[in-house]
Amino acid sequence: MRAIGSSALISCLLISSAVIADDKIVKIGNLGDQSSLYADLGGPGSTIAAQLAIEDSGLTKKGWIIDVIAADHLNKPDVGAGIARQWFDVDKVDAIIDVQNSGVALAVAGIAKEKNGVFLPSGPATSDLTGKACNPNTIHWAYDTYALANGTGKTITRNGGETWFFLTADYAFGHALQRDTTAVVEANGGNVLGSVNVPLNAPDFSSFLLQAQASKAKVVGLANAGGDTTNSIKQASEFGIAAGGQKLAALLLFITDVNALGLDVAQGLTFTESFYWDMNDGTRAFSKRFSERMKTHAMPTMSQAGDYSSTLHYLKALEAMGGNPHDGAKVVAQMKKLPTDDPLFGKGYVREDGRKIHPVYLFEVKKPAESKYAWDYYRLVSTIPAEEAFRPLAQSECPLIKK
Amino acid sequence: MLLHSTITSQQLFGQLLVGLINGSFYALLSLGLAVIFGMLGIVNFAHGALYMLGAYVALFLLRELSLSYWVALVVGPLVVGTVGALLQRTLLRRLAGLDPLYGLLLTFGVALVIQGAFENFFGASGSPYPIPVQLSGAQNLGFMILPNYRLWVISFSLAVCLSTWLVVEKTKLGAYLRAATENPALVQAFGINVPRMIMLTYAFGAALAALGGVLAAPIYQVRPGMGAELVSVVFAVVVIGGMGSILGSIITGFALGLIEGITKVFYPEASSTVVFVIMAGVLLLKPAGLFGKTA
Amino acid sequence: MAASQVVRGTFAPGKAVVSAVLALIALVLMLAPLVIYPVFVMQALCFALFACAFNLLLGYAGLLSFGHAMFLGSAGYICAHGVKEWGLEPLAAVLIGAGAAAAIGLFAGVLAVRRQGIYFAMITVAFSQMIYFYCLQAQFTHGEDGITNAQPGKLLGIVNLSDSTNMYYFVVAGTVFGFWMIYRTVNSPFGDVLKAIRENEPRAISLGYRVDQYKLAAFVISAALAGLAGGLKALVAQNASLTDVSFSTSGEVVLMTLLGGMGTLSGPVVGAFLIVFMKFFLSGLGQWVTVIQGLIFVICVLLFPRGIVGGLERLAKWSL
Repeated sequence: MRAIGSSALISCLLISSAVIADDKIVKIGNLGDQSSLYADLGGPGSTIAAQLAIEDSGLTKKGWIIDVIAADHLNKPDVGAGIARQWFDVDKVDAIIDVQNSGVALAVAGIAKEKNGVFLPSGPATSDLTGKACNPNTIHWAYDTYALANGTGKTITRNGGETWFFLTADYAFGHALQRDTTAVVEANGGNVLGSVNVPLNAPDFSSFLLQAQASKAKVVGLANAGGDTTNSIKQASEFGIAAGGQKLAALLLFITDVNALGLDVAQGLTFTESFYWDMNDGTRAFSKRFSERMKTHAMPTMSQAGDYSSTLHYLKALEAMGGNPHDGAKVVAQMKKLPTDDPLFGKGYVREDGRKIHPVYLFEVKKPAESKYAWDYYRLVSTIPAEEAFRPLAQSECPLIKK
Repeated sequence: MLLHSTITSQQLFGQLLVGLINGSFYALLSLGLAVIFGMLGIVNFAHGALYMLGAYVALFLLRELSLSYWVALVVGPLVVGTVGALLQRTLLRRLAGLDPLYGLLLTFGVALVIQGAFENFFGASGSPYPIPVQLSGAQNLGFMILPNYRLWVISFSLAVCLSTWLVVEKTKLGAYLRAATENPALVQAFGINVPRMIMLTYAFGAALAALGGVLAAPIYQVRPGMGAELVSVVFAVVVIGGMGSILGSIITGFALGLIEGITKVFYPEASSTVVFVIMAGVLLLKPAGLFGKTA
Repeated sequence: MAASQVVRGTFAPGKAVVSAVLALIALVLMLAPLVIYPVFVMQALCFALFACAFNLLLGYAGLLSFGHAMFLGSAGYICAHGVKEWGLEPLAAVLIGAGAAAAIGLFAGVLAVRRQGIYFAMITVAFSQMIYFYCLQAQFTHGEDGITNAQPGKLLGIVNLSDSTNMYYFVVAGTVFGFWMIYRTVNSPFGDVLKAIRENEPRAISLGYRVDQYKLAAFVISAALAGLAGGLKALVAQNASLTDVSFSTSGEVVLMTLLGGMGTLSGPVVGAFLIVFMKFFLSGLGQWVTVIQGLIFVICVLLFPRGIVGGLERLAKWSL
């Protein structure tokens, strides 16, 4: 684990003496995919986002000692769980952020509850984090599979895409995304003709794309993310999916994916996100600061923006409490009491099931001719208001909700 | 999993063709392995890493030196062949005469070193390698659209496999090689530099692996883990074909690609295990492999 | 495997020395959780048992199995599933896991022992890959996600194993039992026959021993103990995942045994602890750990084929 932050030693010494009393020491852990197919979505950028949030909270000037450390979960739930457990047990980490990879996130959520830590995932998508796997220590930020399905799935189905075939990443995220999108497609008069499970990080999609073609579905839904999505889109164009009259629906697309594909290939793709760097002055200002610190000078993705927002709100909650009680459930309860407000997601709040509520947007990738400057990739198609974006409480399986 | 109840011949042909493409890689790689095991008695677990090296050489040539795919097809195998020769000369030679399991362990270690080093420098995610312009585009075969590059993969590997087989089985050089494996002392007595021949044979096997890597780069993405994923299947192919038999590996490689393709249509869940089931079966019934000489 | 000559003591340490060393080890084990993160020691112990079980086959019967992870991992899955979904008591779950591993060992072994050397190794690879892909697709294993948050529950309904100190002593008891089983197996007439088979199989056959049955028995015992290690490990980590049945884990146990010393009793334990330590302390270095493991393989094969303990044994002419 690479310690990126100041005064780590001092904070360790102080923590060992102040275990029960509230103190002004906070340690945040960025557990993410630092090196594989999801590294661009969160990874090192999430650490930068957290650091920006720490600076903007103003707490270090008031004498607080706040650190961020990072580790790589290698997209393996056992590795992620081991690191999370050690962080809570030994390294005195208070809050874990990011964690792209829904399988890892589900494991870490359980550990956060067991160890009474705080878990603020912006990376994973599975809506189960605020559904059957919800707990009092977890707040799911940025986005989830329900929002994606509701945005992209509904729009495409209503606009002629009545039959679907899914290429699904074979783990928690892919299955959740397929499930939520299927529900939306069927609710809007559509029909799912079939699906195929694809191993995570599969290099070659040819046999799966052939199956998609054979199904003759109008829409080929890509229930995958990151490197898997860009690969399947590239190979789909090789195998003439679009030429054969089928539409590709990238259910989860980040700005770094569009950058990797290039506008020639990605143009016209419609998808849902909750953040775009170029939406308003607030997002632009943050994104400029962010990209200056990134090695690749990339613009922030929705997950990285989520990490900023969640860390900022977490620190605000701690400030309101007057100190860090090192009690995860208490802090999360406070975070649910305070409304959120930041330049990236605007005004919002955290619901009792741990779902962060804010508007989401439907974007379309611009044609190359329409793009005027670097990273000018998206055109806003429509806005889905906060109250409609996420799964209504009435439909939730979360045990925390009083029914 | 398709919800269709009928399986059309269209789907079948499509998957068979994709299977044939995979089979080309199996054949090319198992060819190299078979050459090394058949001639040298070494179970080369580093084969996957050498394949990966070939792909990375191609990537490097393109990114840093702007040299095309066609250059890489030649330079890649040369570079990796040299690496292989070095490996054999410095490390493997010391194990000559010992139980072949030592060679297995050593090459396994070498594979870990190479793969780990690359994962450190390049991260585990893949780098894209573009399809060469001359091979882009696709043929509409009616039952599917076949990208030209994949057609090239099948033809090229078939050609390479057959030429190798010809050289080994039908030429004088091949005869020397085969004799040297049977009785190195005697062949050396005839004035042939056996140690050098062995080194070059290993280098040749490595070059074949690298050729596979360059061929794979535009399709499979260049990743440090790309070899490790293939290596166990390729070993199964070699074992099924007969560990010393060149022709056996070629035929089995393509055949297994086809079988995998068929399994994907009828029983997709089993497609990754079918190779191993067949291997276990062959090992029990005919341990020398389908085309091997009895042990 | 060509004979890894274990030099049976021309000079064996006296009973008093052995007892003293064992007592010291027992003391260290008892006190360790006060100083070192107990989860870490528990994992090392589980791997040590796994490596010893593997070594039973390699060092004593001369059979290199390159697919031993199938026993570790499948026992882990069954144990984790047992405590999470079936609400089993942890000891029962571990035993059922070990039993399942033994059953797999029986089935695979019946087929595998018919061949030797490289072919035996390839058959074990085949079976372990089949198990891996089965685990990838089976419903109960949850594929890539693995079985997570598997709380061990109460041992015999009384002792709460969620307390890491209790869990620690449970694991120590389990692994020590496993080590003892191996010790008894090796130092017995059965063990002697195994060594005879390793040294000169045709001779053993000519002496009338049913060699295949002995090899199969060794295989099943090795599988069962690897399963015991797997079940305990799953309860320690509270999860079971694909890594545990993967080819890289099979490779790791070979590495541990090679490093520690094949054919020695304590070698695999030393090797396991070293490798687990290395992975833990160097985890910040990311993939350099793989490189180092590879280098250790290469160096051991070329220069130290006896491993650490084997080399020490040779020097001191003791059998450790």
